[in-house]
Amino acid sequence: MDRRIRRLGIGLVALFALLFAQLSYVQVIAADDIKAQPANARRQIIAEYRVERGPILSADGDLLAQSLRNQERRAELLFRRVYPDGPLYAGLTGYYSRIYGRAELEQAANPFLSGDAPELAVSTFTDLILGRQRKGGAVFTTIRSDLQEAAARALGDLPGAVVAIEPETGDVLALVANPSYDPNSISSGTDEDINAAWESISTDPSQPLISRAKDELYLPGSTGKLITASAALENGVDPVTDQWPNPRVLDLPQTTNTLENFGGSLCNGGSQTVSMAEAFQESCNVTFAEIGLDLGAKEMSEQARAYGFCPTDPPEQVECEEPTIPFVLPWANGRFPVPSYFADRQPQLAFSAIGLDNVLTNPLHMALIAAAIANDGVMMQPRLITEVLDPTGKPVREFEPEQYGQPISDGSAREMRAMMLSVTQGGTASSAFSGFPIAVAGKTGTATNGENRPPNAWFTAFAPAAPGDEARIAVAVIVLDGGNLGNEATGGQVSAPIAREVIDAYL
Amino acid sequence: MSEVAFPTSAADTPRRPVTGLWLLIVAIAISLAAYAMAGLGLRGRTPRDFVVYGLVFTGAFVAGWLVVRWTAPRADPVLYPTATVLAGLGIAMLYRIMVARGESTIAREQAMWLLVGLAAFCLTLWFVRDDRQLNAYTYTLGLIGVVLLLLPVVPGIGREINGARLWAQVGPFSFQPAEFGKIFIVVFLAAYLTDKQELLAAGSGRFGLPRVKDLGPLLLAWGASLAVLFLERDLGASLLFFGVFVVMLWIASGRSAYLWLGLLMFAAGAWFGYLAFDHVQARVDTWLHALDPDKVTGLGYFQLAQGWFAMATGGIVGTGLGQGSPTLIPYVGSDFIFAAFGEELGMIGAVALLLLYLILIARGLRVAMERQDTFGKLLATGLTTILALQTFAIVAGVTRLIPLTGVPLPLVSYGGSSRVATFIMLALLIRVSSGPMERSRG
Repeated sequence: MDRRIRRLGIGLVALFALLFAQLSYVQVIAADDIKAQPANARRQIIAEYRVERGPILSADGDLLAQSLRNQERRAELLFRRVYPDGPLYAGLTGYYSRIYGRAELEQAANPFLSGDAPELAVSTFTDLILGRQRKGGAVFTTIRSDLQEAAARALGDLPGAVVAIEPETGDVLALVANPSYDPNSISSGTDEDINAAWESISTDPSQPLISRAKDELYLPGSTGKLITASAALENGVDPVTDQWPNPRVLDLPQTTNTLENFGGSLCNGGSQTVSMAEAFQESCNVTFAEIGLDLGAKEMSEQARAYGFCPTDPPEQVECEEPTIPFVLPWANGRFPVPSYFADRQPQLAFSAIGLDNVLTNPLHMALIAAAIANDGVMMQPRLITEVLDPTGKPVREFEPEQYGQPISDGSAREMRAMMLSVTQGGTASSAFSGFPIAVAGKTGTATNGENRPPNAWFTAFAPAAPGDEARIAVAVIVLDGGNLGNEATGGQVSAPIAREVIDAYL
Repeated sequence: MSEVAFPTSAADTPRRPVTGLWLLIVAIAISLAAYAMAGLGLRGRTPRDFVVYGLVFTGAFVAGWLVVRWTAPRADPVLYPTATVLAGLGIAMLYRIMVARGESTIAREQAMWLLVGLAAFCLTLWFVRDDRQLNAYTYTLGLIGVVLLLLPVVPGIGREINGARLWAQVGPFSFQPAEFGKIFIVVFLAAYLTDKQELLAAGSGRFGLPRVKDLGPLLLAWGASLAVLFLERDLGASLLFFGVFVVMLWIASGRSAYLWLGLLMFAAGAWFGYLAFDHVQARVDTWLHALDPDKVTGLGYFQLAQGWFAMATGGIVGTGLGQGSPTLIPYVGSDFIFAAFGEELGMIGAVALLLLYLILIARGLRVAMERQDTFGKLLATGLTTILALQTFAIVAGVTRLIPLTGVPLPLVSYGGSSRVATFIMLALLIRVSSGPMERSRG
């Protein structure tokens, strides 16, 4: 009998051994797979909110986003995400919602903020060993909070966007877009509050989740002449001595269509011929159409490519796989058609030369172009994150400025600067900059915006821009649907004053 | 087999009480530390009633130990402290779960039930001064066992909760009679098999199989288990009864044919149960498809999936007491309390908990082997087997090793009936280990 009892004991131990095996499977071997199951969302969120997510800071140390401990007793989620100036920085920080996921920097810098990045492994491991609250890394951005505020103030309630970039580094100094939204409303609160806020934001017809500064694309209009002028200079055109005929109306090849100057006016007081510099100052459409047609599709497309425009082949292929110019946030890169598109579409080449047809861009891309011209033709990649600090304040990752390319030569950049300077000194933006002490090089644009809608007003510039000056800021402004001037709006009247305020605030 | 005066071989060498006391002190210390840590992890401070709880817990269990020393001086020194730490960990976890749910009164209720269980433990030791006195009422005890087992089926008394008819209500009290019924059944089986041992061992039919007429009891138990399954929809109790019966029959008869036949009949019964009963099919389906994306939101699936998520989250070392989220699991206090341990104490804690049960099992079987008489051996084996099978069934169910059968984790999970019944079983085991009360002074 004792032998059987002993055998029973062995049998029972064997049963328990099965339990040990199953436990090691569930808790160790397959634990990661089990935890990653979609049905485990609740625990995944709880685990995520156990970490004191790192803050997002401006270059001058202002908190754009931070995690605060929940004070309620028995709070299932230990932390909540707070955006002290919610709508002002929404396009940069994005949101961090337990229901709707993450966006913008919250998504792009998530490994750093959450502490999952390998650079933070030492710090998070120390937290684990010492049983401390796990903390994520602090992400420092290039944003200047005072400039961001000034840009927002200058734009006011107008729909549109302002982007400011430091030409030498590509640092994004300010990025403001209207309309915006409050990321707090979809990042913290009860599930009901978050759902209601999301419902209202995501169904808002003005689409505040789409940043006008970088996510949307617009016709550049006359600011597109920066590309045409650059292509001309790169192909040996002398801005002063080379002359073009100056008709009131340009007959376009392959069609009976015509092209006119803004408001049907004559360029340069109606002189027989006109130079590119003269045409640039007044933004003459006819002249630039002639220049574009003379240069040809290949040269125009190549120059646009050099500025980072991604090639499209309308109407079949109008989308880009991914941005040509790398940026830490998702964004819509500018677009310019491939040469073959223009083969039997010569009129379209003329329109493309004045920033119409299928040429598309946005304020971020335009600011980068102005910055490249300001930086002796060297185009920098936009930089938003400068460094990541671990919770003890030790830098664990730095992001150096990176060059994108050199779209135009040093010499061409000098010629461009001179022409752009003339725009604010007697040209299309002179009224906005009259009496302004700093030399500003810029280009206006007034782009059609669909049938029966007021035009979009553009201005892109850099300063200080006197010959020999080292430019410290490049700005691009777009005001949508004519802003406060409706159909009468022009880039010079509506957008140039906003750029002026921003430059004034920075310099 | 001798029916001599001293039923245990170790009777002449009294066990060292000091060992037991030290173990008890450690057990109480672990229990109270777990209680304090649950409060710290949950709210950042020790529970407000910690001192009161500590005094009551310590007082009650020391008193229980004194009763053991007095009524069963030669008792196994390990059984009682092991039960103490299991009960203490159970209360700490229940406190942690119920506070997180804002139902801390339930934890207090369970602590009260622990005291009731301890009282029942002492009374059992006091009244059952010699386990062999149970041998005298074989069929009476068996009848009581069957009545208790079938009580929930009786109209007017039985109550159905969560699809299983496990409850009986008498006046203001509702309890699970099967929890007590199983004790009577085990005592009955020990007495019955002691009586019939030689008959069962001797007779042999063709191919070395037991004769058909000797299969009577086996068939009867099989039928009874299926009846429990059919009438009360209680898969767990059904398996437990049949399992303990087969094991005791095998131990008593010495014929492994009973074991194999039993397994065969178990398989047949399981197959039949699967085909015949929706609730068995549902249990198997939830077990197999707990994580299927299109099913995981269904309650049974959801519960198993959440149990797995909890244990996977715990990993090797666990989140720490009070720092996980076990309340995401439905019924975590009763069926799934083991998953809560897995989450907050990790695999290390879960394995340690199982090792505590293995200690109980090992000591229980050792008690059986030290006894010289058949009845004592069978009683100790039966009580230990039921404890072991019950623990295995619920832990294997929660970890998805087998389909879930809702039996309580002995001494740990929520439930007054189970808590009290387990303490009575423990008292019987201690009585068997110590031998008759009067003899101790001999």
